[in-house]
Amino acid sequence: MSLDLLVAILMTVAGAATPLLIAGLGELVVEKSGVLNLGVEGMMLIGAVTGFAVATSTGVPVLGALAAMAAAAAASLIFAVLVLTLMANQVATGLALTIFGTGVSALIGAPFVGITTPTLGPVFPDFLTSSPLLRLVFGHSPLVYVGLILTVAVAFFLNRSRSGLILRAVGESDAAAHAIGYPVLKIRYLAVLFGGAMAGLAGSYYSLVLTPMWAERLTAGRGWIAIALVVFASWKPGRMLAGAYLFGLVMTMELQAKAAGFNVFAPELLAALPYVATIAVLAIISAARRTGTAAPACLGKPFRAAA
Amino acid sequence: MMLAAPVIAVAATLIAGAILFTLLGHDGLGATLEIFVKPLFDPYRWQDLLVKAAPLAMIATGLAMGFRANVWNIGAEGQYILGGLAGTGVALSTLDMTGSWILPLMLICGVVGGMVWAAVPALLRTTLGVNEILSSLMLNYVAIQLLFYLMRGPWKDPEGFNFPQTAMFSADQTLPMVVPGTLIHLGVPLAAAVALTAFFVMARTVTGFQLKVVGLAPRAAAFGGFGAASTVWIAMLCGGGLAGLAGILEAAGPFGQMVPQFPTGYGYTAIIVAFLGRLNPLGILLAALVLALTYVGGESAQTTIGLPSAATGVFQAMMLFFLLAADILVRYRIVSGRAAAASAPHAAAAKEAEPAKGKAVTA
Repeated sequence: MSLDLLVAILMTVAGAATPLLIAGLGELVVEKSGVLNLGVEGMMLIGAVTGFAVATSTGVPVLGALAAMAAAAAASLIFAVLVLTLMANQVATGLALTIFGTGVSALIGAPFVGITTPTLGPVFPDFLTSSPLLRLVFGHSPLVYVGLILTVAVAFFLNRSRSGLILRAVGESDAAAHAIGYPVLKIRYLAVLFGGAMAGLAGSYYSLVLTPMWAERLTAGRGWIAIALVVFASWKPGRMLAGAYLFGLVMTMELQAKAAGFNVFAPELLAALPYVATIAVLAIISAARRTGTAAPACLGKPFRAAA
Repeated sequence: MMLAAPVIAVAATLIAGAILFTLLGHDGLGATLEIFVKPLFDPYRWQDLLVKAAPLAMIATGLAMGFRANVWNIGAEGQYILGGLAGTGVALSTLDMTGSWILPLMLICGVVGGMVWAAVPALLRTTLGVNEILSSLMLNYVAIQLLFYLMRGPWKDPEGFNFPQTAMFSADQTLPMVVPGTLIHLGVPLAAAVALTAFFVMARTVTGFQLKVVGLAPRAAAFGGFGAASTVWIAMLCGGGLAGLAGILEAAGPFGQMVPQFPTGYGYTAIIVAFLGRLNPLGILLAALVLALTYVGGESAQTTIGLPSAATGVFQAMMLFFLLAADILVRYRIVSGRAAAASAPHAAAAKEAEPAKGKAVTA
């Protein structure tokens, strides 16, 4: 295999992995605070369409990405009010958010189908990407680097900072954290908003970098895979990075097979591969962890402050 | 008071929908009237309403049995597709035959197909402890790809001008109409019968009791001898079997063949139906009619006022949001400061007595 081809493959893997990583890290923080938000897919779609709409109308893709974060965070606020303030069932509310995001994004995106957008492409000057190896380092969309930096930042925040410790305390024992005097609901609100913003950013990666266009259900279940990756990562940012890149590889298998001239498998079977792989990975992880779980103890449970 | 929440939710959806669609640059009030009111005054639409409500009610009935037991089967869409595919498999291999046995065999295979697809998350959950939400949902995407594969390849109609679809089913493979000259096929009374049976099962049998107890008080259920694994299996197989039955009924009824456009999101909408119907089979029958209205009205709004088809999904999601929000307002009473202090012991007792509904979620 030539160096050029290898680099090209690794670049597509990084491309497929980045949105999973960003959305997954967002959901990881949300779950660490004890909230299960199953609306990632819906928020990603809202981010994708908002990013596309703003980028095409302003011509500035960075504004699109920022707007995507804001819009998805706003959507996550609906979820937060329902499950945190109104103590609604988190599973049902998350599903509702996904259905809502799917519908709203299709509605907003209808006028944008079939047009192109300025993309959030490579930012480094051309001379830095002249050779294949340099391209592997400098040739990515800025969001690829954002994903990597975010991994370090989230790991540092959760494991090394005081506020991260408080967030984890809220997720492990909300009653104890409340008794000490920490504002449980406020911390969870902030975590959900962060998760929403990251899902939005991940969604905008599809419409501004990967595709780059808008189509209904553009993210095709990637939001759910991001949620599964949180379980796969045992709620650890470093393992989230590994999981996302592993899945990036699985997802680009269809592409790689085509490029390499393999026609043994039907394209539909290769398209189904990431979803089958997700189930397989969940099974392996669960089998390896028969005793107890790494999940935050208060995950998915509503919190009502004792008076 | 339990019944107030769905009514509040539907009313709030109408108001909020009108506002939202006005903000999005559509005729909001017109859209709401077109979707929720106009089909009610058109006798031809009533038939359509029943035909669309039937699969929703059937799937939701199965899902609700699981939700009662805190088994979150989100894979109804895939189970519906697999039911349709399994029945279609029978149809394609009996195309040249005649006999009244063919249709029942198709329906049975549809049920089995849905059950097999639901058995995967059930097996993973009971043996390895894999969260059924994610595994059942992932299988939806796999089912769609399987459908595409079969339509493009092995099952493509050789005389179909290369369209990716199967041959039309024969007369013996198609659902009979219960009222001649209308759209109302056998699936409609069947859905009602399924819901009534499920109501009886939930209210009067040990199995129904098991599902309810495991959902409300898992520890008590364990002491009572109800196994967690058997509960998961019952819930998943009921959900999968009914979704599969709904699938083959759609294929052998309105579609009359298998096409790539077969999945229409009924499996997801049925989740909303289940909640709007309060997880009660009789309520689900009513809720299915309400959600069917959003489909029927949404379709006519597309042609009459050019509303995008996605509007249907937005209305449906808003309904679930408002239902979840309304629940809390119905279940709790707002009391003023002094009254709260005076009745605090009473409130605490009420809180104790409240079911642990939807509290525990295992991930």
